[in-house]
Amino acid sequence: MAQSMASDRPDAAPAVSSGGLGKAVGNRLVIIVPYLWLFVFFLVPFLIVFKISLSTTAIAMPPYVPVFGLEDGLSGLIASLGELTLDNYLWLTDDALYFNAYISSITIAAVSTLITLAVGFPIAYGMARAPTSLRPTLLMLVILPFWTSFLIRVYAWIGILKPEGLLNQFLIWTGAIDSPLLILNTNTAIYIGIVYSYLPFMVLPLYSALEKMDYSLVEAAQDLGCPPASAFWKITFPLALPGVVAGSMLVFIPAMGEFVIPDLLGGSQTLMIGKTLWNEFFNNRDWPVSSAVAVILLLLLVVPIMLFQQAQARSLEKGR
Amino acid sequence: MNTTWSRFNIASIVLGFAFLYLPIVLLVVFSFNESKLVTVWSGFSTKWYGELFRNQGLIDAAWVTARVAFISASFATVLGTLAALALTRYTRFRGRMLFSGMVFAPLVMPEVITGLSLLLLFVAIGLDRGFLTVTLAHITFSMCFVAVVVQSRLITFDRSLEEAAMDLGATPVKTFFAITLPVILPAIVSGWMLAFTLSLDDLVIASFASGPGATTLPMKIYSQVRLGVTPEINAACTILIAIVAVGVLIASVVNKSREVQRQRDEQAAQRT
Repeated sequence: MAQSMASDRPDAAPAVSSGGLGKAVGNRLVIIVPYLWLFVFFLVPFLIVFKISLSTTAIAMPPYVPVFGLEDGLSGLIASLGELTLDNYLWLTDDALYFNAYISSITIAAVSTLITLAVGFPIAYGMARAPTSLRPTLLMLVILPFWTSFLIRVYAWIGILKPEGLLNQFLIWTGAIDSPLLILNTNTAIYIGIVYSYLPFMVLPLYSALEKMDYSLVEAAQDLGCPPASAFWKITFPLALPGVVAGSMLVFIPAMGEFVIPDLLGGSQTLMIGKTLWNEFFNNRDWPVSSAVAVILLLLLVVPIMLFQQAQARSLEKGR
Repeated sequence: MNTTWSRFNIASIVLGFAFLYLPIVLLVVFSFNESKLVTVWSGFSTKWYGELFRNQGLIDAAWVTARVAFISASFATVLGTLAALALTRYTRFRGRMLFSGMVFAPLVMPEVITGLSLLLLFVAIGLDRGFLTVTLAHITFSMCFVAVVVQSRLITFDRSLEEAAMDLGATPVKTFFAITLPVILPAIVSGWMLAFTLSLDDLVIASFASGPGATTLPMKIYSQVRLGVTPEINAACTILIAIVAVGVLIASVVNKSREVQRQRDEQAAQRT
């Protein structure tokens, strides 16, 4: 018992007999090692991005100034701090391209999240209502596409959506259309790509929320004369809400910064911020501007990310 | 429980799964197409697979990817398991909020941001981009996925087993290896597999973090896809899908037999 109390409060020295200091360090290593790793490879890089977003572009390697160094001592460090500018952010507000890219990313991500929710909900609901013996198989069938490469799944749609592709061949064969539809390289293709790629991320949290639901509530409501549609909005949907929030964030946040889908399925006129950042970095080689693009994207995502983290933490608390 | 599985439920599941699987099935089917035109069927042929094995660039990339995935998945599993232990066992320590934020945020962080920030770190500390940097990048984001998988197993873990072992005089380290590890092992194994496939898959972060000498398979496929759809890429994708499918199949069979064994043990225990 003493040990379990000690492990609840690692700040206090472990109460159990031998070891003493050595064991306290051992206990803490469990925290310290992953903590340090994430600190160095996740948090520090963001600080560097932030710093470079305030630097000036230069034709050099690395292509920005100032570069902090301790060679010049403290005075050098302070001098280089003075060279930091907000020019890159001003540049972003000057050029309508960036503003439009942010707006269209938000729109595309929001609309595709709603479509994914509309497509995913009936699937998750059907799975939750399936006979108990079938559920593990259905669950595995939802997870399986997630194990196949994202790039491959997006690539598969090129062959389907292009003008002489399989969808158009099929529609012309059935006589539904006379001339091929232009879907590839439009926003429609991006919506299809995002909904397809992120559907499992929506279905899984929805399913876990719906599976725990007590269906006798719906039956009771219907027995009391509540029409099915209104029983859905009054009972099923509110109870599924944690799953709706978690699923929506799992789709919305990565979709905002998506690069592969707009690049392969979208046209040249499609603006999405992930693609803009990529082009700025790899084609224009402008590191400070692409860092500024990243910082603003991150700021836009802070609220959704915190929502996601809360939903995640809450579901884990419940599992305790 | 009284389940009514209506026609609507069945229809939405069937349509949903058709949507999820049809594109993959078509891709696999057309990798056996004889014609160079991917979308016009002209007869069965395996010649594109032959072409594939003569493409040295692709084979080199596949080898790099396999090594990166193996190494990064192994490190990520250790780090992710430690992170999961830290999150479930230590409910109060300084900076816990920040720590759990750092574990959960990479799960949803847009890859362009993660990739860019890691690249800038590597440049700042003067690390040459290549095999090592891709591996470090992959460890970082996949350890968070491992942490979540292992954490969900640890939460349902019965702590009284550990307490019993320690009351009987086992050291914490011995208790971990004798009691905790065997119980959470399935979660650790699936965490490793998840980390492996995530690394196998990743295009965006690898493109930022990699250097000239370490082109991974997704990078290679991507550069060819941009030039157009070819049956050769379909063949390469089919092989990747087949590897993953076989892996998942083996894992589920192993899990199933373990489950059956466990139930048999429990029944035997009850009988005695």
